[in-house]
Amino acid sequence: MTQLSWLHRTVILALALGVAVMPTLYPWSQVLLTLALAKGLAVLGVVVLLQAGQVSFGHAMFVAIGAYSATFLGRALGGGDLVVVLLGGVLTSVAFGLVIGVFVVRYRYIFFGMLNLAFSMVLFSLLEKFFHITGGSDGLRVLRPTLFGQSLDRATFEGILFYLTLALALGLGWLVHRYLQSPLGQALSAVKSNETRLEYLGVSARHVLLVGYVVSAALCGLGGVIIGLVQGLVTPELGYWVRSGELVFIAILGGASNVTGAFAGALVFEVVRTYAAAFAANIWQMILGGVLLLIVLFAPGGLIALYGNSVKKLFARTRTEP
Amino acid sequence: MTPQLALLATLDGIAYAALVFMVAVGLTMIFGVMRILNVAHGSFYAIGAYSAASIVLGLTAAGMNPWLVFPGLLLAAVGVGAVLGTLIERLLLTRIYTKEPVLQLLVTFAVFMILEDVQRLVWGVRPYFAAEPVYLLGNVQVVGIFYTAYQLILLPTVALLVLVGLRLFLRRTLSGRLIVAVTEDREMATALGINAGRVFLLTFVLGSTLAALGGALASPTTSLVPGIGADMIVLSFAVVAIAGLGQVEGAAIAALMIGLGRSFAVYVMPELEVVVPYLVMVIVLLIRPEGLFGVVERRRI
Repeated sequence: MTQLSWLHRTVILALALGVAVMPTLYPWSQVLLTLALAKGLAVLGVVVLLQAGQVSFGHAMFVAIGAYSATFLGRALGGGDLVVVLLGGVLTSVAFGLVIGVFVVRYRYIFFGMLNLAFSMVLFSLLEKFFHITGGSDGLRVLRPTLFGQSLDRATFEGILFYLTLALALGLGWLVHRYLQSPLGQALSAVKSNETRLEYLGVSARHVLLVGYVVSAALCGLGGVIIGLVQGLVTPELGYWVRSGELVFIAILGGASNVTGAFAGALVFEVVRTYAAAFAANIWQMILGGVLLLIVLFAPGGLIALYGNSVKKLFARTRTEP
Repeated sequence: MTPQLALLATLDGIAYAALVFMVAVGLTMIFGVMRILNVAHGSFYAIGAYSAASIVLGLTAAGMNPWLVFPGLLLAAVGVGAVLGTLIERLLLTRIYTKEPVLQLLVTFAVFMILEDVQRLVWGVRPYFAAEPVYLLGNVQVVGIFYTAYQLILLPTVALLVLVGLRLFLRRTLSGRLIVAVTEDREMATALGINAGRVFLLTFVLGSTLAALGGALASPTTSLVPGIGADMIVLSFAVVAIAGLGQVEGAAIAALMIGLGRSFAVYVMPELEVVVPYLVMVIVLLIRPEGLFGVVERRRI
């Protein structure tokens, strides 16, 4: 991952600005975009782990943990405050991420992926079976929180949530980018390229991966809280393995080597899904699988690499012109 | 828990373990040779099960000799394994042997997603029941309990035959020994002139056929609904991880552990039924990260 050039910065800011004004032009797009950005935050978590070459097939569990803990907290406080609910959801995800992380960072590749999957299946079935606490497969209704004590009507709340999510996406995207460039983040990609050498340098690979794991759990949890708040309902389905697969899919679609890829992938994915689900509900997974195959085989860098290549070509052409 | 219930749980567990073993042993063989965890393995199980159910229902509807259903089950397994297995190995997997492990995992995951929808398109979402083979064999009595002969005798027998057959195949035949050689050290084996590509194809088809066989034999005892493939891949991975990757005999023991654990949970704590396999896996891996019978991989620098 290289330094962002001024061009990329401009493109990112222009895109963010575009997303920010969309709801004023097309009010229906607000919920869709909030969901897409929230999912982008969760995908960002998966991207962090992909830097270390590890793919988790169970990260939707942290989405569910964030969403459910925020909901429980909100219900216990009679609605609660947006800030409190967000923090509560993220902190719970961090706590779970630490406990599960300590265990799974001892494993690599398939073990890592499948152990995460196993944990997420356990959580999923617990959420489904203990219906007197979790509402079973019907889920729980999420109470609308206040903001600094002010109670909000639905439209205002959704508007605030949208801009908050956008701000979080930009801010956290930048932070994660910085983290991946820091020594700790660079060590993460060393886990992928050669873990033994990393250990010889006196760096604990497990520690490096654990930090990455907790960061990814926090991001997924945050995404989960927002998804729960937007939908007004949390169901165990949030943590189902299909959702985990989706997160990995979006990360690869967007481009796993890049922070912006997570959000680009999530936006494209959500928009396409909204339209495709209407006429291709039966073959939706087949389409996802097909696209995933094409990307892995022919465009391993994802959307971001495709964009980067076309930018390069454009510049090459302008330069050769007399 | 009365002794009768305990016996019932044991029989349930053994029948279930026999099925899980067949699927898991295919998965572990493929992993041992190709170093790829085939997520689409669960699809072979599901498609094998659906094809078998279609054949059984078709034979019964056509009024043929009812005993033909047993060759029918076998035919479904071999057909699915040979056709689908060859197609996927030749068209897709040969392209990714040199790629990073993450990408290999993602490719098989993509195949799995595609096959899930293929199943849904071909067989729909309506549950399938094809219990004819179970009725044909009737019930047997064990210490005062009536149990189906299909689950009590046929399933464990087939599982044992698979176990013994695989052992003999791997130790005594040329093809089997080539597989073992490639499993042990792929580089050395190819240097000695073993055609790794053919060994890969053979292993993949064999492993897929075993998964389809597990599905075909499971079809008379369960109702077939979308999603059975997903449950089975995770479950058989749990078996493979508990046993240690690439361990054939270990997979049998791990399958028994999971089968019995699950069936006892059904009678004692039904809420935990789904969780038991993962709990067993987590506990085993906590104590022995390489699995019960696995060997520690040498570090390569």
